[in-house]
Amino acid sequence: MLDTVFGPFVQYAFMQRALMGGLLIALSAAPVGVFLMLRRMSLTGDAMAHAILPGAAIGFLLFGLELVPMTLGGLIAGALVAAGAGVVARITVQKEDAALAAFYLISLALGVMIVSLRGSSVDLMHVLFGSVLALNAESLMMIGAIAATTLVCLTLIWRALVAECLDPGFLRSVSGWGPIVHFGFLALVVINLVAGFQALGTLLSVGLMILPAATARFWVRTALAMCLLAVALAATSVVIGLLISFHYAIASGPAIILAAGAFYFTSLLLAPRGAVWARLPARRHRTA
Amino acid sequence: MGQLQSGAGAHGSDAAGCTCLRFDNLTLGYDAHPAVHGLSGSWSHGALMAIVGPNGSGKSTLLKGIAGLLPPMGGSVTHVDGCRMAYLPQASSLDLSFPATVFDLVKLGLWQQRGLLGRIRRQDRDAIAHAMSTVGLDGFAKRPIDTLSGGQLQRALFARVILQDADLILLDEPFNAIDDRTVGDLMAVIHGWHAEGRSVVAVMHDLDLVRAHFPQALLLSREPVASGATADVLKPENLKKARAFRPAWDDDAPWCSDDNHVHDAPSVPVKAA
Repeated sequence: MLDTVFGPFVQYAFMQRALMGGLLIALSAAPVGVFLMLRRMSLTGDAMAHAILPGAAIGFLLFGLELVPMTLGGLIAGALVAAGAGVVARITVQKEDAALAAFYLISLALGVMIVSLRGSSVDLMHVLFGSVLALNAESLMMIGAIAATTLVCLTLIWRALVAECLDPGFLRSVSGWGPIVHFGFLALVVINLVAGFQALGTLLSVGLMILPAATARFWVRTALAMCLLAVALAATSVVIGLLISFHYAIASGPAIILAAGAFYFTSLLLAPRGAVWARLPARRHRTA
Repeated sequence: MGQLQSGAGAHGSDAAGCTCLRFDNLTLGYDAHPAVHGLSGSWSHGALMAIVGPNGSGKSTLLKGIAGLLPPMGGSVTHVDGCRMAYLPQASSLDLSFPATVFDLVKLGLWQQRGLLGRIRRQDRDAIAHAMSTVGLDGFAKRPIDTLSGGQLQRALFARVILQDADLILLDEPFNAIDDRTVGDLMAVIHGWHAEGRSVVAVMHDLDLVRAHFPQALLLSREPVASGATADVLKPENLKKARAFRPAWDDDAPWCSDDNHVHDAPSVPVKAA
């Protein structure tokens, strides 16, 4: 039993790096996911995950399967799509969701086309679904830097972010922080997707962001508690997913996300704010 | 006691510190259609004023303009330097599904003092508790905001305004769908602000409430119809004028040139419908 759980991480350096990378991503992406969810932007995270593909693909086309160029490319593509959709929404009648959908679909198609220009379908699979087991020291450094940046930024803008979620009109009437926080937060989303990208691929990196956040909401009532619980759930999912992947020779990215998905469904059934408890007839109530 | 002054004559008489806001031919609106047209005059510190008028007459637009949320289409509105404002909109953008407590909501009112990073101190917590007590929400601190009734929510928003410690308080229809007891309690809060020398401007529909509680009033129907002491403003002939107002946009309304502006006198009749 102990050997099943600890053995892989003790014996294999690639598993240690995968664990380290996965935990760093969990620490950083989960709180971002909580605010994405609270701002009703969960699907925006998904759209952004698709949007970074052409940047990564151009990096891949020019430099092959190298982390730094692919990451920078993804960052640029993500920023372009987020800013482009934001600008279109502000200067035309089109709403941000429609603009974002248009931008990310074009971006995704472009990305797949660029990858197929040179790579094989194996490369495409790698770009789309990543490989946490192939993390090297360089990738870990980058993921660590992104995690540190995210946590510092979240701490600094926490109060404004809460105010922007809770009552954006109020924040606008007392300060100019609203748009700064909005776009700053989108930037955090993009860099976290890029961090998850090498390990989980463009399509699944958003999973470690949204699933633990959505799960945490079933259990706790405050934003801070949701962030902490989401981090714990994401980290646990990483460990479970890696172990399943190791022992059953299953792709690591889907295993991690499915572990998070299992927590989601379990919580849906068991948690006090889930689907079942709220439907049960109340046994007793107070007088006032 | 605040004095409402209107018209060009007021400009000469505002000694430093007694004018809180000045309007100079202010025009506010949307897509070239004015919702407030040609408002001039100035409001003194410590005024307790009601803005009344039919639906669509520009009352909320005027508050947005004063709060700086809507840039003027023409003219200007100027505040005294360092005048701190609190604005409570008619439909707040509050997201009730956000996991926050009443305490968290009220705490937002500290923004102007504490900003992004300032620490919330012991005295701030006391101030929050005191504000909640003033609006009759003792014991509600830990309640999630999505469990509040409409009246309780409005009380909480008033508590937030208390914390903002503003010189000028703008309230947009604060008593919509609020029961008499809550109106009574919140009116007491407004009188408390007035007694502390703050200026309070509220958009109101209940004219009896205006007559009972607000010494001054501004009657709007796109153009200012009347302003001054409430009893004079709410005379039947003024109300009749305001009712003659046509709120629908006329897409082909003639363009306004400077000479047909109703610059000064607020008692100028509105344009015939």
